[in-house]
Amino acid sequence: MTAWARFCRNRLALLGLVLVVVLALSAALAPWLAPLDPARQSLIEKRTRPGAKYLLGADEFGRDILSRVIYGSRVALLVGVLSMLIALVGGLLLGTLAGFIGGWLDAVLMRGVEILLAFPYLLLALAIVAMLGPGVLNTTIAVGIWGVPAVTRIVRGSVLALREAEYVGAARALGSPGAAVLRRHILPNIIPGLIVYATLFMANAILLEAALSFLGLGVQPPTASWGLMVSTGRDVLLVAPHVATVPGLAIMLAVLAFNLVGDGLRDALDPRLRGG
Amino acid sequence: MLTFVVRRLLLAVPVLLGVVFVVMLTIDLLPGDAVTLMLGEHATKDAVAALREHLGLDKPFAARYVDYVGRLVRGDLGRSIQQNRPVAVELADAWPATLELTVAALLIAAAVGIVAGIVSAVWPNSVFDAIARLASLFGLSMPIFWTGLVLIVVFSLWLNWLPVGGAGSLSHLVLPAVTLALPSVAMVSRMTRSAVLDVLGEDYVRTARAKGVGEAWVLGKHALRNAFIPILTLLGLQSGQLMGGAVLTETVFAWPGLGRLMVKAIFARDYVLLQGAVLVFALAFVVINLLVDLSYGLLDPRVGRQG
Repeated sequence: MTAWARFCRNRLALLGLVLVVVLALSAALAPWLAPLDPARQSLIEKRTRPGAKYLLGADEFGRDILSRVIYGSRVALLVGVLSMLIALVGGLLLGTLAGFIGGWLDAVLMRGVEILLAFPYLLLALAIVAMLGPGVLNTTIAVGIWGVPAVTRIVRGSVLALREAEYVGAARALGSPGAAVLRRHILPNIIPGLIVYATLFMANAILLEAALSFLGLGVQPPTASWGLMVSTGRDVLLVAPHVATVPGLAIMLAVLAFNLVGDGLRDALDPRLRGG
Repeated sequence: MLTFVVRRLLLAVPVLLGVVFVVMLTIDLLPGDAVTLMLGEHATKDAVAALREHLGLDKPFAARYVDYVGRLVRGDLGRSIQQNRPVAVELADAWPATLELTVAALLIAAAVGIVAGIVSAVWPNSVFDAIARLASLFGLSMPIFWTGLVLIVVFSLWLNWLPVGGAGSLSHLVLPAVTLALPSVAMVSRMTRSAVLDVLGEDYVRTARAKGVGEAWVLGKHALRNAFIPILTLLGLQSGQLMGGAVLTETVFAWPGLGRLMVKAIFARDYVLLQGAVLVFALAFVVINLLVDLSYGLLDPRVGRQG
């Protein structure tokens, strides 16, 4: 059975995929989907409860929450995808260097990775943003760098394991140069694991961006970011709970979607890892 | 055992030195001048020069690093820029609150997660198992700052059972601790389920059952003891997550701990305080990992002997 067929038999994973597609469409078609301009303020209608005009209510400035949630999917996906690329490229580069060249380079890189992994989740990204300053670009960089050590470790582990594999030894014995062995024999074997990691990374990246923006250190107003929307709503939580809670639902659904797809891909691509 | 502890503690030293190095280097690589950033555009030249000297920024990086580490050994973390109080005192004021919060969350995560995981594994594919697995999926996907706000709306605003925020009594601790614990509950129950399922499939469990050992005994004596090793590793890792999550939870619930102090330090551009806070978090993480490694020895006699 192909990996795709196995994936399709997993109903939860399919649900996740549908949610991811919805998210992608909402990001791509935001100007056509959003019922109102996400930046349009209407102070007399501030904190309007969900109803006919504002399907999900209006926020502290009378802006349409539904439209802002739709536009917010752009920020979430943009930061997610770009930071994933940073993590993958950085991790692939460092991981193959460490695994393939070995020696003191490997030792230095892996100690560095261990030190970075010693930073608890969020704290490393928080420290980086503290240094770089807030904003979409800096948030993306911070989230991306946060992902580099883990990818480095995964790639290095696979390279080390594959380097000893018989077919790699055979290719080298036949005179393939190191770079060709890497490209033709080692990288293709790392890719399935990386796809799974990248999908689950998207879930964490969206959570991390939301968290940084919630703290006021990520995406800055007036950009519609889900984390920022929750943060704005927090100030009026006790008088208008919908302002903070509705955007949070969007974060949860987006994260859930990527988690479901990631779990499904892991089970489908590597049936040996099948677990809980 | 003692040599094992000492050796592990010594191994932590280069990691902490590395953390200090990374933090100092990032501050050094700041775009623009840190001091101007801290004092604002309109600061006088004298003020800038004075702060530069106070921070030691007029010296080369290596000298500053050695200097900082040297003072660190004596427990001197410098003075915070904003409050002009010793950083060590500010950290000492804040860390008990964070410790209280994370320990409470860890206990909740361990208790609820392990029990739910065991029940799921003993009756796999039951209704409870299905609900628990679905709940853990949601637990892993909810941003905790949002969970905290939703819990405030339900338990403080609607039901009026618990306070909105602040610290001081047990009722203040409930909502933050539960909020912080939820993602870990999900992770722990998932891990416990698969660990117990794995162990229940082992030969020695079949042998025990074949001997006619009762199911409760099989579970308690054979299955759980072996399943606890991966669970413990996870709990150690989770405490790192909890410290990160504490930053968010403390912000949501106005909990006077290290996480909130750290966010304040970032906003105030107080890099001396920030450096100290990051260091305390890293130290805590190292200590927790040490404790986890030590407990392996207690659970599995094979570990630590060769240590």
